[in-house]
Order: sequence, then structure tokens, then C-alpha cells
Amino acid sequence: MIDMTRASVLLALVACGEHESAYEPGEELAGGDTTVFDVGRNAFSLAARNLEGERRDQFFVGNSMFKRTWVIAPSSTSGQDGLGPTFNASSCAACHFKDGRGAPPASVDDAFLGLLVRLSVPGEDAHGGPVGDPSYGGQFNHRSILGVPAEGTARVRYVEVVGAFGDGTPYSLRRPSYEFIDLAFGPLALDVMISPRTGPAMIGLGLLEAIDEATVLALADEDDGDGDGISGRPNRVFDPKSQTTRLGRFGWKANQPGLEQQTAGAFLGDLGITSPLFSTENCPPVQSVCAAAQNGGTPEADQDTIDDVTYYSRLLAVPARRDFQDREVLRGKALFTEAGCASCHVAKLVTGTLEGVPEVSGQTIRPFTDLLLHDLGDELADGRPDFLANGREWRTPPLWGIGLVKVVNDHTNFLHDGRARDLTEAILWHGGEAEPSREAFRIMSVSERAALVRFVESL
Amino acid sequence: MKSTFNFTMNALVVCFAAACGGEDGGLDGATPVVDNYATIVHASYADSLQQAQALKTAVESFVATPSAASLEAAKTAWLAARDPYGETESYRFYDGPIDDPEDGPEGRINAWPLDEAYVDYVVGNLGAGIINDLAGFPTLSKDVLAEQNEKGAEENISTGYHAIEFLLWGQDLSTTGSGARPFTDYVVGGTAANPDRRGQYLRLAAELLVDDLQSITDQWTPGGTNYASELRDVDSREAVRRMLQGIGSLSGAELSGERMATALDNRDQEDEHSCFSDNTHHDLRNNAIAIQNVYLGRYGTIDGPGIDELVRARDPELDARMQDQLAASVAAIEAIPVPFDQAIIDDAGRVTARSAITALRTQTDTTVELATLLGITINLE
Repeated sequence: MIDMTRASVLLALVACGEHESAYEPGEELAGGDTTVFDVGRNAFSLAARNLEGERRDQFFVGNSMFKRTWVIAPSSTSGQDGLGPTFNASSCAACHFKDGRGAPPASVDDAFLGLLVRLSVPGEDAHGGPVGDPSYGGQFNHRSILGVPAEGTARVRYVEVVGAFGDGTPYSLRRPSYEFIDLAFGPLALDVMISPRTGPAMIGLGLLEAIDEATVLALADEDDGDGDGISGRPNRVFDPKSQTTRLGRFGWKANQPGLEQQTAGAFLGDLGITSPLFSTENCPPVQSVCAAAQNGGTPEADQDTIDDVTYYSRLLAVPARRDFQDREVLRGKALFTEAGCASCHVAKLVTGTLEGVPEVSGQTIRPFTDLLLHDLGDELADGRPDFLANGREWRTPPLWGIGLVKVVNDHTNFLHDGRARDLTEAILWHGGEAEPSREAFRIMSVSERAALVRFVESL
Repeated sequence: MKSTFNFTMNALVVCFAAACGGEDGGLDGATPVVDNYATIVHASYADSLQQAQALKTAVESFVATPSAASLEAAKTAWLAARDPYGETESYRFYDGPIDDPEDGPEGRINAWPLDEAYVDYVVGNLGAGIINDLAGFPTLSKDVLAEQNEKGAEENISTGYHAIEFLLWGQDLSTTGSGARPFTDYVVGGTAANPDRRGQYLRLAAELLVDDLQSITDQWTPGGTNYASELRDVDSREAVRRMLQGIGSLSGAELSGERMATALDNRDQEDEHSCFSDNTHHDLRNNAIAIQNVYLGRYGTIDGPGIDELVRARDPELDARMQDQLAASVAAIEAIPVPFDQAIIDDAGRVTARSAITALRTQTDTTVELATLLGITINLE
């Protein structure tokens, strides 16, 4: 608050110069009326500010489920058994620590926690989705319950790739490569495609779900009709709940149509917990011990549990921006727009109505995403299609809260696989449609680059 | 809680009015309140430590000569040790010594719920747990236990009150009473494998509890260079903010949310705090009193200046309302039938639990309101 006061005084004294955009009243309220004002370790863990009464009590129930550790069946704690047989983690919070963002292993010897690997082979399933590896399925599960073989160990190695800014200052990026050892069921398919993904922060998801499909489609420009070099394609994915094809909104490739599907999908894929929506354990035919293992009920998580976690994920608040009237931040905001970053990282949207969740409905929000797919170039490509997303496309991730990841999660690893070690590296990895923007950043002066990064840190 | 933004704005107005940003951002009248706070915090941790030492002694006697009587004595000591600790939980949630992000021992002392099979055998899996895993843990030590605590998952609890509780009572498979672990689990040739390791584990857990409570008590000992002396040196408004953050967080997200609403929603015994001993009704009441203590500046026989003085000087009506609400919450919790795990599945019991949750939520909202009055912003979950 003191900063704010000081900043407004400064603003009054100093006329706005070149590359400086004005402060827009309310722009700090990233999540509209849901916005909260914590800038500490719990910044991503707060309920929407406008959530009241018994609806707020219900949030804590979901929070408890989100932190709950699932245990091996059978257990006297029958409400929470059924982990695995194979899995990546035993609780949601293990990968979304403090509702924040996961980081990849720092080196080849570190275990995978907060990073998972999707697998598929060429082709499409009955609904247009990816086809899993015949022996290992759609996701590599490196852990297992007692008596069941884990699928193996995934390891990441990094090599440094050097480059230089326009002013000659050198930089170095780390490029990851993956290997799979101790494979329990023979080699992966020869034509397997792999896609590593870190767990994203949980904030503001209900607001993103509340955005009208028409709003997203209005931002789309599938064949770059306006010739600005930016396409923006909606993903269309199968929704197991309605048994229809719907707009994809969540996941690094926008392959999930809604938070209930995302939640139930993660319960099965990451924890090995079945639910009404996904009732079959993830044991490919060759994994007979996995298939024969005792389960924790049919399904293991009932619909109430899925509903509780879905409710929770819809109502985690977005923290307000910081330093939003700081002169350097305002300069960075102008540079962000001038460099074209805001073409995909769309600053302001208005949500529609999310049935049953009035708190996130009709809100003016600043997510810095268009929820659309964009070609990010060869370097970032995973080469693994996911519904309509091709191997070079990624969904624009929201940037709100990104400056607080360091505080909440004690790291600054960004992008889908966490390869970027800070925001500058994340920008420098952008290619494809984003290449002109990246180049604009690369050739900026050192103070311009600092201002732009400072702006992103203020989000 | 519902309108933090307004609080920020109000605080801003207060700031301007009080010429904030000047040399002194302190809160008028707060210094004796902060001093007294440090006094009651120390007194209650010192009591917790003393009772934990008695528990350790009782556990050692039990393990040396297991019998129905010595097990009962250890259980009695555990129940006695829980009471003072429950009254310390309002000193959490502001990154003080108990939950310091770097080395706070809260997770070793009081983490729950506990995955029983992580520690010892359970029905359906007699070989489960660290105790029965001779290959994975050939030697047990305090370091081994501490290292395994919360390893891999929040519910992998290997230490603290609830691990000791499980080792004394066993799984609660009864609808009417608590867990009924036989003392012969600790007797060679008795009712379970690895009785010696079980006894060793229990002793180590009690020792570790004492060590951790000692370290926390030291941080609050008067006259030292420790957290208590640091707290006296910080801006008094910041010190009061921590006090309010502690009681607001315990009252809202933790007590009414995590410990009551979740259990009520799930109708699940696993979600009650002391699920093996059926002591949850005491835990809940002690937590409510912990909140009241900080507001009133009292603990046991100590009764000094509290936040109530600060509020009363500015808005007597608000102080009276807060005091009423604090008393109402304690009464509402006392009205829940015992045991709690049965109250949450019984229609009449559920109504009483729901009333207590509402009472706690009301006082949480009032906590935010009085923070605003004092020019303080607190961020609650």
C-alpha cells in the first residue's frame, strides 16, 4: 500500500514517456471480484474473495480432498484407498504443491515429481484422441503399489544451448532430453511419441471455465486470415461426460473440455484412482499383475469426491497484481504489447456464466491467455498430436500469478516441461508464430528487457 | 473475509489519516499486548513440554513392562498432554517458530490425518509400516523417523502426537469406543510381529516430541535472544497482524473447515482429528479456547492485556460482539455429542456440528472486521 502511494506520487511527477502505457484502473484485479491480496507462500491457496457462507465451508472440504493422500487398498480408511496399481503421485497436492506449479527434476539423478510424461503412438482413438503405447498406456507411471511392477524410471538430461541478445550479451538455455530405463514390459513402441508436462498452478481455473465459448472462438484465426502471422486455433476434444465434442480449455494442449473431466482424468492418470467418469484402471493388457491387483472399490473415488475437488479447483482465487503503477512495470506493459506478446497472451476477457458458480460468472479478468493453440516452433515441439493440436502447438498458458511462483513454489521453472529457469529463458524459447515477438525481445536494450520481465513478474 | 479489497481500501484511508510512512507505523497501545502475548505463548508451550515429558516417562514405563495397566497409564498421559498443546494452535499460521517455512516442527508434532499403514500393521495388511519393514529400515532412530515424516506425501506421518496415539490405541474399528490395541502388541510372542521394534518406535516418537516442544519453548523463553525478543522489536502493528492471522486462520480454514466441515461432509471417521483415541471433542474445544485466549490475552491463570483492550478503546460494541461470539463458539463445540465420529453421522449430531461451524465462521468474519479497525490487513484462506 505504501508502495502504491509512492508510485502514484511518482506517476504524478513524471510525465509518461515513450514505451509507457497508462495505468488502467482495476487492472490489478486479475480475477475480478475473486481477486485476493496475499503475496506470500499461500498466495495460490486462497478461496475466491467473493465466496461466502456455507459455500466457503465447502471449499475447505475440497481443499482437504486435494491434499488427501490416497493409500493402498485394502485399508481401514476405506474412503481413501485404491492408489495405483501404478501411479505418479499419491495426492493432488504432491504435484501442485501449495496449489502452485511443479518443477522438473533438476538433474538426471532426481526423481520425477511435478513432471509427468504422456505417451502415444501414431493414430487416433475412436474419439479422435491419442492412442497410448501398447505396453505402457497413455502416461508413464514410474511408481506402483507393493507387489505390482512400476513401469520403469524416466530421466531427464539437459544440454546447454548458447545464444546472444541483440546487444551481444550471451545467454544459455538448457534443452532437455528424456530416457526411460528399467522398463518392466520391454521397450517403448518404436514409434512412441512422448510429451513431458509439469503441473500448472491451480489459480483462476473456474474463471477460465466460465469464459463463453464464443469469446474464445472470436479470438481464433485458424488460417491466419488477417495475415498477422498468428493463427490461434481452438482444440476440439471428446467430452466423456456429455459424449460430445467440445472446445478444449485445460491442459498444456487444451485437451480437456472442463474441470470435472480434468479432475477425474488426473485422478486416474496420475493417482490410479477410478471414478464414475473413468471407471477402468489404467493397466494395459501386458500388465497382468496390475490388472489383478485389488482395487479400492468400484469406483475408488465416488462422484462426491470428484465434485468436491472440482468445486475447489473452480474457486481458487487469483492473486492481485503487484507494482502495477510502477513506472518500469508500465513501460514493460507497453513493450509486451508492442512486441506482440499480447496477441496470444490476451490481457483482458469477460467471463460468461458458469452454472452453479456465481462467483466466477460475469467477471472482468486479466488472465493473459486466449485458450487457443499456437505453433511455438521446432524447439518446443513435442511432436505428439492431441486431438486437433498438432505436434508443434501448445495452448497459450495464462500468465496471471506467474510472478508469485518463486514465492509459493521456490522455483522459477516455466514452460510445459519446466525447461526455462526464469522468465527470460521462457521468452527466449518461444518460436514458430511467436518468433517475431521473441526476436523483438532479443534485440531490446537491457533496460527494455528488464522492464518487460518486470511487467510479467507483476502479473 | 468476504471483502478483503474493502479492507485494503479502508486500511489505505487509515494510512493517510495516520500519516503512515512516517517514522513510526506502530499501533497505539499495542506494546503491552504484544508483551503479554509472548508471555502466554511461552506459558502454554512450557505446559505442553512438561506434559510431553510426563508422556515420555509413561511410554518408557509401558515399553519396559507392558501390561494393561501400564498401557492405560500411557494413554492417560497422552490425553493429558493433548490439552495444553491444543491451546497453542492459535500461535500457528504466521510463519512463527512452530511453522517456520525452513525448520518449523509443526509437521513433526501434530500432522494428521495419518496413514496407519505407513507406521504399523493394519487389518488386512499385517506386514505394513516402517515398524515391520526390517529391510527398508534396519535401524530405527529419531533421525530415521523424522526423515520419513511427510516423505512423499502429506499423510505419510511417522511422528508426533498422532503417531503415538495410533501406537497406543490402534485402529478405531469400533462404532462406540476408541481403538483397542492390546498391550500384547508390545510383548514378544504376543499379538503382533516385531514387538521390540514397536516399543522402540514408540519411545523414539515420544523423545522426538519432547525435543521439538523444547525447541519451540526455547524460542519463546523470556529474556533470551529468540523469536519472542524479535517479536517485541518488530513494528507493533505487524506483531498484532501475526496474532490476528493466527487466530483467523485457525478459526476459519483450519478448525471450522479442515477439522469440522470436512468431517461433516465426508461423514468419515478418518477425518476427525484424534481418530484413534476418540479425543476429538477435546481437540476442538481446546482450539476454540486457543482463539479466545489470544483475543483476551489470557492462558491458564495469566490474564493480561489482549487484543480486546485495543478493540475496546476504539469500538466497544465490536469488542463486546467478538467476546460474545468467542464464547458462543466454545459453547457450540461443547454442545456436539461425544464421540465426534458418531456425531457426524447422526442427524441430531450433525445439526450441532453445523451450528458450531457457523459460529466459528461468524467469529472469523468478525476477526477480519476488527483487523480492519486496527488498520491491519489479514489474508485468510
